[in-house]
Amino acid sequence: MGWFSKSQDEKKKIRKSPELWLRCKACKKHIFKEDWHNQHSVCPQCNYHGRLTAYERIGITLDVGTFKEINEEIHPGDPLDFVDGKGKYSDRVEETRTKSGLNESIVTGTGSIEGKPVVVGVMDFRFLGGSLGSGTGEKILRAANYAYDHKLPLIIFSASGGARMHEGLLSLMQMAKTCAAVKRLATKNLPYISVLTDPTTGGVSASFAMVGDVHLAEPGALIGFAGRRVIEQTIKQKLPDDFQTSEYLLEHGFVDRIVQRGEIKHTLSLLLSFYNR
Amino acid sequence: MAKKKETHFSNMTPWEIVQIARHKERPVLVDYLDKIFDDFIELHGDRCFSDDRALIGGFARLDKQNVMVIGHNKGKNVQDNIAQNFGQAKPDGYRKALRLMKLAEKFNVPIIAFIDTQGAFPGLDAEERGQAEAIARNLAEMSQVTVPIICIVSGEGGSGGALGIGVGDVIIMLSNSIYSVISPEGCAAILWRDAKFSPEAAEALKLTAPSLVRLGIVDEIIDEPVGGAHTDPEATAEAVKNSLLKNLQGLQKLPPAKLVKKRFEKFANIGHFNK
Repeated sequence: MGWFSKSQDEKKKIRKSPELWLRCKACKKHIFKEDWHNQHSVCPQCNYHGRLTAYERIGITLDVGTFKEINEEIHPGDPLDFVDGKGKYSDRVEETRTKSGLNESIVTGTGSIEGKPVVVGVMDFRFLGGSLGSGTGEKILRAANYAYDHKLPLIIFSASGGARMHEGLLSLMQMAKTCAAVKRLATKNLPYISVLTDPTTGGVSASFAMVGDVHLAEPGALIGFAGRRVIEQTIKQKLPDDFQTSEYLLEHGFVDRIVQRGEIKHTLSLLLSFYNR
Repeated sequence: MAKKKETHFSNMTPWEIVQIARHKERPVLVDYLDKIFDDFIELHGDRCFSDDRALIGGFARLDKQNVMVIGHNKGKNVQDNIAQNFGQAKPDGYRKALRLMKLAEKFNVPIIAFIDTQGAFPGLDAEERGQAEAIARNLAEMSQVTVPIICIVSGEGGSGGALGIGVGDVIIMLSNSIYSVISPEGCAAILWRDAKFSPEAAEALKLTAPSLVRLGIVDEIIDEPVGGAHTDPEATAEAVKNSLLKNLQGLQKLPPAKLVKKRFEKFANIGHFNK
């Protein structure tokens, strides 16, 4: 091999080095990793908003050093002794806990946003697809109850495929439980803001995520009740391209605002500034 | 022979129970309206968009007691089912149900909700008009309604579409009804990657009445005649009526604030997790 072709090869290698570059899932362009991270996983080319972990989200939303986690010890049980085609649910839970370092699909706690005290819940899609299980529902209930007892606003960031099948009807009931919990805040006129991120579907879209006093959504997030394929099979029609996106929901009146990730903290602070306690 | 039949029906698999819950001759809402209630006056429309025939309701009398009845409206034949969308409601249906529940609250009459649906309708128009929002709002609002709510799963309790009218003080199931987070077919397709594993999924999901009593969700089971409700609709209706009367009597003693508090606590306590 001549020196010329060899150096071309090396150049190629450097250009695609995964330590430095990644590919945007939406526009498929190469992005410098540092840019991606500096913009909190938003593509500088096409504005695609990638998924964040719960702690990344907390890091960019709450004032530095103010977050105090509550109920972090809550983790899934296996009330149904559920076994499916891939094995035991309890094994999947352990695997997910180890891999993600999380105990449940939501992280809850207290902190402040530009100096304003809040209770927050942030879902993490890496934990069993952000699914709503009994532990998730319990953590949301307790976060809402904390807000109720301490007269604080509640903010929940959702990211979920829906109710967790492996816990059967107990999961479905968490929809009612969480809705009751956030609804009770209204009896004390406490604000509840729902921030919908990619994806918010199924049982989570049809529960606490959709009953906020204000609904914010990140650009391009998938938000909807029934799955696209199920709908297409049912009605035998092709669905519009922007179907079930944040933009589609804004147009149809189900979200108040679409907010760039970099602006969410300030938008929340601005909204809370209108709250006369 | 009778004994043999009884043994068979008491040892049914969850998948067999699913078939009975979906039996085409199984009594539906209009049968119960006809056999149990008097003076039913249907009230139409959600005041936003349409009158969803898949979910209906109105005032009625149960042994001279005033009640509001709402429920999924599965048809008795193909023609009705097409008109009533097989009891699969759209947001308009859930919004109508909420309107009627608020009306019941104003008139101070208890609410009886009959649950029998495969699920909320998965369609373009349903999504466009906010299926998720309509169901979510019902869950939130029902938790604060100040009159008693009795929910009875008479056939299929299919996921969010069932729960959308399912937040009650008492949750009752007929012995061969089912109530599940997802259909066995849907679950098998996702977790087994093949719908032919539906019987396994039905087993795993614990969707039968006795399992759901054990899990602390369902409060009471109404025994159906041997062979299923469709073999004796009269006897089934009688049993449903007796249960409703008994439960109404208990619930009506509670002052509204206590009723709401107890309902909140009932749902707050549902769940199984470790810490």
